[in-house]
Amino acid sequence: MLLSKEDVLHVANLARLSVEPSELQEIQDTLSRVLEYIDLLNELDTEQVVPTSQVVEQHTVWRSDQVEKSLPIALAIQNGPQVVTGMFVVPKILDGGGQ
Amino acid sequence: MSESYEVVIGLEVHVELKTASKLFCGCTNLFGQEPNTHTCPVCLGMPGALPVLNQQAVALATRAALALSCDVHPFSKFDRKQYFYPDLPKAYQISQYDQPLATEGHVTIRGEFGMRSIGIERIHLEEDAGKLNHIGQRLGDATGSLVDLNRAGVPLIEIVSRPDMHSPEEARLYLTELRTVLSYLDISDLRMEEGSMRCDANISLRPSSYTGSLVDLPRVEIKNVNSFRNVQRGIEHEIVRQKALLEQGIRVVKETRGFDDAAGTTYSQRSKEAANDYRYFPEPDLPPLILDTEWLEAQKREMPDLPEALRHSLTTEGLVSRDVEVLVQDRALYGFWREVVAIFPDVKLVTNWLLSDYSRHMNAQGLSFDTPGVSAEHLAQLLGLIQDGTLSGKMAKEVLEAMFTTKESPEAVVQRLGLSQITDQEAIRVIVAEVITANPGVVADFQGGKDKALAFLVGQVMKATKGQAKPNLVNSLLREAIASHV
Ligand SMILES: [Zn+2]
Repeated sequence: MLLSKEDVLHVANLARLSVEPSELQEIQDTLSRVLEYIDLLNELDTEQVVPTSQVVEQHTVWRSDQVEKSLPIALAIQNGPQVVTGMFVVPKILDGGGQ
Repeated sequence: MSESYEVVIGLEVHVELKTASKLFCGCTNLFGQEPNTHTCPVCLGMPGALPVLNQQAVALATRAALALSCDVHPFSKFDRKQYFYPDLPKAYQISQYDQPLATEGHVTIRGEFGMRSIGIERIHLEEDAGKLNHIGQRLGDATGSLVDLNRAGVPLIEIVSRPDMHSPEEARLYLTELRTVLSYLDISDLRMEEGSMRCDANISLRPSSYTGSLVDLPRVEIKNVNSFRNVQRGIEHEIVRQKALLEQGIRVVKETRGFDDAAGTTYSQRSKEAANDYRYFPEPDLPPLILDTEWLEAQKREMPDLPEALRHSLTTEGLVSRDVEVLVQDRALYGFWREVVAIFPDVKLVTNWLLSDYSRHMNAQGLSFDTPGVSAEHLAQLLGLIQDGTLSGKMAKEVLEAMFTTKESPEAVVQRLGLSQITDQEAIRVIVAEVITANPGVVADFQGGKDKALAFLVGQVMKATKGQAKPNLVNSLLREAIASHV
């Protein structure tokens, strides 16, 4: 098994997914199988291959520093569940401060 | 024997680049606009939007790297740094991870210890996040936040120092010199209070008995401190706090802390994110950045004279090192100095007046040298009036004060206040002759050897000229006239 239950819970936490205890075993199995499948790539000898970060054969695609029109504010904020004075409202972020 | 500790400090400085548009979209890059009025599908993180790199941002970042003596890499790439935070609409920040724009630079700091080189590990380009306005006193007490995404996507460079600083003072000197160097490039507003320059400090204490690697020491990061002074205070407090823990045998926890300005202390910012686990991977929407020699050479040609070169030339021009530092550390002041010296080349007189009286009036009026209170031409004219003897130093101070208030030329002030020293010898000779005629007894006393009698006569002449004659000149004209007066 490539992944432990702790790994699964950690990844779930990073992705903000809640995992029921009853689902844990199945996710551990299937996610491990996915990784095993990707492991097939290790059979290839890539010793002489330069790593790539891009599959499109392009580089240095840039634009000149020109200002373009932004969205009207009504459109920009229309998807916000709650908006106050033109700003998106989000809940409290930290667990609490103090020493 | 009790343990001693070495303070180890590394600084991460974020600098917003002064471009017209954002890093990956055409939205305006401007501070202080109505919330969410400069956003688009790219910087709002809407699905399917495609970022396109701003060439000018790369140019400004490259110049910063060159100014800090970094190696600028012909090949670099962008990566996604993933984390959840409400100021980050895409839930990832486009940054540069393992192949940044530049590495291996340095900043030279000066102090009582002499000169020291502080290493720069890397400089990379990334996009800024939006701005959170917390409802409540400070982050820890906030009941919620309001998100403004005007700043999301603004181009930033992050300058990461090596852990080469060993005192709060060294950290302050590093920041000051870094800002000075960057100020000459004119690539950023560099305003801590507006967030266009931000600093995070990493502090750890290394016990003298510790033999492990620096990386493994528990490190505390103080985030988003809003002034150089507070960076210094935050570090000072951390040193005391960590030392107290270590001396009680308590482990220092690796964590992020905020700085409480009023209390002068740091406080824990426990984040819901269990640990930093950014899962960087190459940004698939941006192809690699390849900078060819020609382009890099073009950036080198855009480089202005930097502080090191200016220090050298000012010293050669005869300025003392204290004055050199004051001039070099304020680019606008230095520019103004150059303007005045171009008109009136007496370097010493210009420097003395500029750094004392002139600067005092500027401070009193709360002005910066971007908007000088008295023009370079007018200051040069005033210094000319001192040099040709029209004004005494004392009178010139009075004239300068009036110039700061009324913006008149020095000649206009001199005329209005009737201040000029009379140097017209003929005019004074006439008065001298009158005074001699009116005081035959005193003249006789002087001729009889009473030297003090002359002082009375000088006083009479000064009174008659309303103090506008030069006392030395009056003195010699009196002696001359009495000698020939039989
Ligand atoms: Zn945009």
